[in-house]
Amino acid sequence: MNFTLSEEQEMTRKMVRDFAEGKIQPRAVDIDVKAEFPEDIFKEMGELGLLGIPYPEEYGGSGGDTVTYALAVEEIGRVCGSTGLSYAASVSLGSSPIYQFGTEEQKQEFLIPLAQGKALGSFGLTEPNAGSDAGGTKTTAKTDGDDFIINGEKCFITNASYAKQIIVTAITGKDDRGKNIISAIVVPTDTKGVTITDNYDKMGVRGSNTAEIVLEDVRVPKANLIGDPDAGFKQFLQTLDGGRISIGALGVGIAQASLDRALAYAKERKQFGQSISNFQAIQFKLADMAMEVEMSRNIVLKAAWLKDQGKVFTKEAAMAKLYATETAFRSANQAIQILGGYGYMREYEVERYLRDAKLLEIGEGTSEIQRLVIARQLGC
Amino acid sequence: MNIYVLMKKTFDTEEKIQVSGGAIEQDGAEFIINPYDEYAIEEAINIRDEHGGEVTVVTVGDEDSEQQLRTALAMGADKATLINIEDDVEDGDQYTTSTILATYLKDQEVDLILAGNVAIDQASGQVGPRVADQLDIPYVTTITGITIDGEQVNIEKDVEGDVEKVQTSLPLLVTCQQGLNEPRYPSLPGIMKAKKKPLEELELDDLDLDEDDVEAKTETTDVFLPPEKEAGKVLEGEIDDQVKELVSLLRTEAKVL
Ligand SMILES: Cc1cc2nc3c(=O)[nH]c(=O)nc-3n(C[C@H](O)[C@H](O)[C@H](O)COP(=O)(O)OP(=O)(O)OC[C@H]3O[C@@H](n4cnc5c(N)ncnc54)[C@H](O)[C@@H]3O)c2cc1C
Ligand SMILES: Cc1cc2nc3c(=O)[nH]c(=O)nc-3n(C[C@H](O)[C@H](O)[C@H](O)COP(=O)(O)OP(=O)(O)OC[C@H]3O[C@@H](n4cnc5c(N)ncnc54)[C@H](O)[C@@H]3O)c2cc1C
Repeated sequence: MNFTLSEEQEMTRKMVRDFAEGKIQPRAVDIDVKAEFPEDIFKEMGELGLLGIPYPEEYGGSGGDTVTYALAVEEIGRVCGSTGLSYAASVSLGSSPIYQFGTEEQKQEFLIPLAQGKALGSFGLTEPNAGSDAGGTKTTAKTDGDDFIINGEKCFITNASYAKQIIVTAITGKDDRGKNIISAIVVPTDTKGVTITDNYDKMGVRGSNTAEIVLEDVRVPKANLIGDPDAGFKQFLQTLDGGRISIGALGVGIAQASLDRALAYAKERKQFGQSISNFQAIQFKLADMAMEVEMSRNIVLKAAWLKDQGKVFTKEAAMAKLYATETAFRSANQAIQILGGYGYMREYEVERYLRDAKLLEIGEGTSEIQRLVIARQLGC
Repeated sequence: MNIYVLMKKTFDTEEKIQVSGGAIEQDGAEFIINPYDEYAIEEAINIRDEHGGEVTVVTVGDEDSEQQLRTALAMGADKATLINIEDDVEDGDQYTTSTILATYLKDQEVDLILAGNVAIDQASGQVGPRVADQLDIPYVTTITGITIDGEQVNIEKDVEGDVEKVQTSLPLLVTCQQGLNEPRYPSLPGIMKAKKKPLEELELDDLDLDEDDVEAKTETTDVFLPPEKEAGKVLEGEIDDQVKELVSLLRTEAKVL
């Protein structure tokens, strides 16, 4: 048992913290108010190698591990949930299916620009009638010679408007038992028939791009299919497991930020002739927040560590996502309470933490779905 | 070009600092590269990229200073030297540090040495100039610009907000001021490569120095935090009375008159 981070992990954490505080924090309120995707920040993150942390150098990555990546997501999330979500979506869902299951050609063509930060990744699974239940997918990909012709509709897709390509799930056929085979196919966004619109007016993560995609007779080469054409969606469950670790890390970041703000404020704010941090009612809130932040970080890093060790991490990833994101919501809520009327005001940022944290309980598998995953791992 | 950077590990003055028993509490303090030394590292890397050569970062410190050296390597320096005095020197001062550095540098081929203008912990600003003096080379402090053309060096130096232009030649030592450049963040590939770059560790013995040779010339008798800022006082009443009260307070309480 050893909880010490390696020198590289520690240096990465410090660098990302400095970058986040120096470059992102000053713009965090603006990014939220204007709901503007900070494209230039992503360019800089790409140049620093952040978008390729868990991928090897030969594919344009930095050769880091999942723990390092989780630390980076936490530090970005600590200052800006919007930037954190788009970051995690690109690295985990937008890139890892290609790295894990892609052919050498697919890696050369699609993964390298993603890992180098020259392109942003996006993963389109959700449809108007298929959210928690991916089996309800309606989008189809029909074979036509060497091509697929894709038709369907995707909703709530992160980064789609800024992506060069989107990994889209679609029905490609039926298995022996007559069940739909759902595969993942890389669709370059400039292909004819792809329409992307981002008109959502969101509660939180307002600076993260979220878009609707309509696919109308979209023709892409069959070579763009990722992984085993007969294995179906099951193979990508591992991708979702990995993504959950990063959303958990984002939760840790928001929870830590809530604690930092609340603690600093409680020490400064005087009522009834003393700092409100002298009141036990406030102390207990802060103590609970600190404990939950610590526990969230532990389970997130443990899931990341299991993944790095090549061990099974499905259960821990679901626990990390569930616990850390619900902690983020609770901590943000308590931070607002501790800041009183000021906490309700945008300028003080904690109300944004709450709005951003709410998404984490929904995206990449709702809290209920995480509980289902854990229960299934328990053998229920 | 052989470029050397003098770097110091300091505690982060933006974090809470605690003093006990006449010394700064080391446990729990966050340590960083002295911010002025970051300008020196950045400039050294830029000069190397333009003129070729090698950047070596040198520090006099302890085992933990390795972390700051690795960060400098991650930013792009080529080599690092840690002169570990943990076991040999109890209470060093600027004389100690500059003597050790100068002794080390005398044995190197040196074209340019960059240091920070001051270290934010003790803020003496002495180590750079003293090293140059011991090496018998010219030095320019608080530089905000530098261009090198063969042996000739043109420098812009900050003088209380004004700029002084200085022309000098290599070998040379400069100390770096805010405004010289914007230090880069170490990139992820840089961080991953840093571990593989050479980091040499030396002790006083390796430099043929005895503890006596570097014994401090000064003695620190006490270290204390500035007094806590007290709440301000707002005077009330007629202006004339307020002025009278103010004068009296300045005389009796603040004792500045
Ligand atoms: C900002 C944002 C970004 C997103 N980014 C992406 C993206 O990049 N790619 C992508 O594919 N999708 C993305 N999504 C979609 C997201 O993953 C889905 O919203 C989520 O999976 C839930 O699906 P749904 O909205 O259809 O809700 P539903 O599945 O309709 O769920 C509604 C409610 O029912 C509950 N529920 C459903 N089934 C069960 C069950 N079996 N047992 C108990 N409770 C159940 C859910 O937990 C939830 O509380 C994003 C969503 C948002 C808001
Ligand atoms: C939208 C909005 C509308 C408002 N409208 C009005 C209005 O019309 N008129 C008006 O007069 N005011 C109004 N207010 C102000 C509101 O009543 C105050 O914000 C509220 O009373 C809390 O005061 P505070 O914000 O100064 O927080 P503080 O009093 O500083 O409280 C900060 C935190 O410390 C806790 N705390 C304080 N003292 C103790 C203690 N002794 N023991 C334990 N915990 C303690 C509080 O519960 C809170 O969690 C409004 C506020 C908002 C946000």
